[in-house]
Amino acid sequence: MESIQASRRIMTGNEAVATGVKLSRVKVISAYPITPQTTIVEELAEMVANGELDSKFIEVESEHSALASVIASELSGARSFTASSSHGILYMHENLHWASGMRAPLVMSVVNRAIGPPWNIWSEQTDTFNQRDTGWLQIYCESNQEAMDSVLLGYKIAENKSILLPVMNMLDAFTLSHTSEPVEIRSERTAYDYLGDLDLDFKLDFKNPGGYGSLLGPDGPFMEMKKDMRDSMYNSIKLIKREISNFNDQFEANLPGLTENFMMEDADYALITTGAISSTAKYTVRKLRAQGLKTGLIRLFFYRPFPGDDILKAVRGLKGLGVVERNVSYGQRGPTYEDVVSSLYGKADVPVRNYVVGLGGRDIRVKDYEKMFENLVETDGGMEWINVGVT
Amino acid sequence: MYEIRFHGRGGQGAVTASKILAMAAFLENKWVTSFPFFGTERRGAPVTAFTRIDDQKIELRSQIYEPDAIIVLDRSLMKIVNVTEGLKSDGILVVNGKSGNLAETSRYRIGFVDATSIALRNGLGDPSHPIVNTAILGAFAKVSNIVSIESIKTATAEMAPSRKKENVNAVQEAYEETELN
Repeated sequence: MESIQASRRIMTGNEAVATGVKLSRVKVISAYPITPQTTIVEELAEMVANGELDSKFIEVESEHSALASVIASELSGARSFTASSSHGILYMHENLHWASGMRAPLVMSVVNRAIGPPWNIWSEQTDTFNQRDTGWLQIYCESNQEAMDSVLLGYKIAENKSILLPVMNMLDAFTLSHTSEPVEIRSERTAYDYLGDLDLDFKLDFKNPGGYGSLLGPDGPFMEMKKDMRDSMYNSIKLIKREISNFNDQFEANLPGLTENFMMEDADYALITTGAISSTAKYTVRKLRAQGLKTGLIRLFFYRPFPGDDILKAVRGLKGLGVVERNVSYGQRGPTYEDVVSSLYGKADVPVRNYVVGLGGRDIRVKDYEKMFENLVETDGGMEWINVGVT
Repeated sequence: MYEIRFHGRGGQGAVTASKILAMAAFLENKWVTSFPFFGTERRGAPVTAFTRIDDQKIELRSQIYEPDAIIVLDRSLMKIVNVTEGLKSDGILVVNGKSGNLAETSRYRIGFVDATSIALRNGLGDPSHPIVNTAILGAFAKVSNIVSIESIKTATAEMAPSRKKENVNAVQEAYEETELN
């Protein structure tokens, strides 16, 4: 029998993130506490205070300033980190564009939490789905292991000179952030070999002054720079796959690709999910398979860049596909649904439905997924709000 | 898979108890998860926490609705919360309190322990805020055979933020003093 405890430690998702930051030998940290992200910041502050992590911790008065601080430190050549959640991310929104536009290869961990009003501190992904157009790569973690690993992977991808875009890695509030489970601690030596030091070709340097983000007119290379960002994001798909494969080799890890196909080979009906709610969905898939229904699951590990081609390959032969959103958009269907349908348009003949679940931390149970699969089989179309008292 | 639900009040240590129990099972080479459900956090408010234990990696991440065991850190909660809701018919109930009439729950295997007195005589908390989480785990070890008392003591020593020796003593004393129905 495998020894589970030999190489693992029990930790929460937030502790796993802090350990990932330590393993990445981050030089500058600035963050403003917000439930349920707070324990990431507390853990890192403690590591810096007790000398475990050789890093500068910048205290600030807001999330906007936290991100501004680490954009500057990152561009000066010091690997930098921040973390936030919910309204903190909304308050950062302007600087999210600054970070990507200035090509600062930051990593930020976000604990997904609902957006008020009404006030709510529980899990929901609307906060980061609202940031999908900011030029950041987005990774949604399913486990605390991935919460740690995606920090290391995040820097490796962000700092790739063909990409140079910031990465945010997401943890569901409480479901990962405050859940304790076994996590394999990556070795410091391997982490160093894998990641190396930050090496920027252009950096803020007092001895060699230069400007970032200055005014460019309509004829200047403004539009060309935006296209370069867009191309870097698109082209990163190939590089991400290579980096994940390297990561798995070096750490003997088991990260999926940009997507994870779970029991998809012969599936008739499948769901698409992001984040930790995927685990209960897998449990449901196994349960329904035992009852004879050929179900499967596609999990989006990356949401930006959007792995449309991988989804296209996975859905061939399906009789029904349901896109599960733990976020809410108004006036159009959910963002993941729109992305999936756009990726399949004219290429795959699969009925696609949209399910909205778990807003404001509402628990997502096996019976909820069963309801979704039932809805797929019955081809009862239209958007469905799952487990909602009002219709 | 074995599922445990804790009921306590903010400040009594239910969340830590769920973690210590997970750690104890982990020491016995099990896969575990433990997680809290926070309402609006404040001292004295009802708090729920959960532990899952299995031989294989745990996929289920919803809350626990049909637990195998329920651990009640504060008996007064039983007047305002239906703590045994969903408890399996052959389930285990561990209650902080002297044994008494619990007719409505008598179909379960029940362990009573005066965790409050044990905590206080070991200097854990004070009379208005006794910290009963480690003692109650000693009682759980007595009533169930899911995790050994040794593993609970080792996990307690590792995870108690302070007064490690007193907490381990509380576990042992509760184990010895638990009364079964």
